[in-house]
Amino acid sequence: MNKVLMSGNNIIGEAAIRAGCRFYAGYPITPQNELTEYMAEHMRNVEGGIFIQSESEIAAINMIAGASAAGLRVMTSSSSPGISLKQEGISSMAACELPGIIVNIMRGGPGLGNIRPSQGDYFQATRGGGHGDYRTIVLAPASCQELGDLTMSAFDLADKYRNPVMILADGMMGQMMEPVIFKKPKPRVYSKKFMLQGAGTGKSKFIRGLLLDPIDSEEHNWKLARKYEVVSKNEPRHEEYKIDDAQMVIVAYGTAARIAKGAIKRLRNNGLNVGLFRPITLWPFPELQLRALAAKVKKYLVFEMSTGQMLDDVRLALQGYADIEFHGRPGGAVPTPAELANVIARVYDKND
Amino acid sequence: MVKTVYQRPKSLKENIFHYCPGCGHSIVHRIIAEVIDELDIRGITIGVPPAGCAVLAYNYFDVDMIEAPHGRGPAMASAIKRSLPDRVVFSYQGDGDLAAIGIAESFHSANRGENITIIFINNAVYGMTGGQMAPTTMLEQKTTTSPLGRNKTLDGYPVKVSEIFSQLKGVTYVERCMVNSPANVNKTKKAIKKAFQCQIDGQGFSLIEILSPCPTNWKMTSINSCKWIDEVMSKEFPPDVFKDNITAAKKTAEDA
Repeated sequence: MNKVLMSGNNIIGEAAIRAGCRFYAGYPITPQNELTEYMAEHMRNVEGGIFIQSESEIAAINMIAGASAAGLRVMTSSSSPGISLKQEGISSMAACELPGIIVNIMRGGPGLGNIRPSQGDYFQATRGGGHGDYRTIVLAPASCQELGDLTMSAFDLADKYRNPVMILADGMMGQMMEPVIFKKPKPRVYSKKFMLQGAGTGKSKFIRGLLLDPIDSEEHNWKLARKYEVVSKNEPRHEEYKIDDAQMVIVAYGTAARIAKGAIKRLRNNGLNVGLFRPITLWPFPELQLRALAAKVKKYLVFEMSTGQMLDDVRLALQGYADIEFHGRPGGAVPTPAELANVIARVYDKND
Repeated sequence: MVKTVYQRPKSLKENIFHYCPGCGHSIVHRIIAEVIDELDIRGITIGVPPAGCAVLAYNYFDVDMIEAPHGRGPAMASAIKRSLPDRVVFSYQGDGDLAAIGIAESFHSANRGENITIIFINNAVYGMTGGQMAPTTMLEQKTTTSPLGRNKTLDGYPVKVSEIFSQLKGVTYVERCMVNSPANVNKTKKAIKKAFQCQIDGQGFSLIEILSPCPTNWKMTSINSCKWIDEVMSKEFPPDVFKDNITAAKKTAEDA
């Protein structure tokens, strides 16, 4: 298959359609509008493709929940404030075990913040975000190729675990252009018994999250928890970059990891042995994989475009086995690789 | 030969209603089930119950159902219908669900002319949560959150859903009915059947508003509740056909 040059937002749309997404609902918000526009333009060209511009983010998430129940592969997208609005629906989809993809092209926050790239929604994405005991699988692409690959993979994961999956990228990822090769999607594996399509001549069924009996509800929560345990065991993904001889490792994801790679290249030219550990799944966080690295490397710097959120997961993973420093640029500020290289060099040379 | 003149609808499960004595939900459930039987659509019907007393509707209707978060029924129903255009999809909503928290979803599904049916139970209070003021609470009506009566200056006016929705071009059929007497129950059933038929014929959005008694929260006997609908509630919410474009829609479809 040929390489094509596309912007991040469009790549997500194209990958979704190729993966069999046949229902998309969305509401305009910057910096993800190109994705909604791409779906408006291209959904109608595929057989059975449905696009609805919803009246709100809230309607969009509930629309994809409905279409998911009806048996379609579904997706919605938004940016930070809009994702906050979707949380009730995401919680509801997790409760009802409805697969679906939610794309968050993060922008500066809190509140309306700004429309610059940011990573302030890590907690919201990885801790459930809405009410109740639930998790969403969170994928953090760091290149246009990965936007394509992970979007396809998100649909498979959502079906496999019957759970919402979030693609967590930021304005930079959404807007930038890179060549991409769209891989062949896997055929869909999803049982008809989970679809609500009318009872026919058989027994009617219902999909619900309301369980008034606390013991039933407790069992449902444990059932979900057991599922999340399986996900935590099987699905963590990460990338290691120049780890072998590293004296110090940067932990960063998404756009921040790209900046870190640039910084590491500069530092290596100056003889500093720095590597990168890049979580690709933010939930489940590659906890054991990072902990294993602590046997070898004792110095870490977490770099995020936030005041320090993934930092918590890194601390939990390393459990005090190594030193952890943090550098953050929240609110839509994006540092250059040169700036980050200076920060890393200072930490690298610091003797505790 | 004995002729059956009255029996339990097949589309109604043999569960005992949890609704209070005198509540209109049980009546409306039954007549919807009768309509589903009569139109022979049990196998292709998908219902979307709301948050509220009717959240447990899936215990009673023997059709596929999916619970919607509070107010979001029409968004879900729109998506289900678009995904499965040959199914009959209805959303069942209360006054808070439709006219307060879910006004946007309801309004815009109507404005898009989604080919779905909304059954709208207007009982002038939030029933399940204990009788708080609803968007359709009458002026001067006492509720737990309007203890001195609904005050127009502080609380605004009862929202007239049928009147408002009938103004939208996307809407095909809107009727307001009551279930406070056998004659009115029959009228309501006719309206529901017409709405479902409108959907089956692909003619677009239909909404049936039903003035429905809530004796528990109105703090009245069942009989007085039925009287109150006649004497007070129906004065603010007059039963009527507010829009019937069914023939017009049919003609446009034929012309097209």
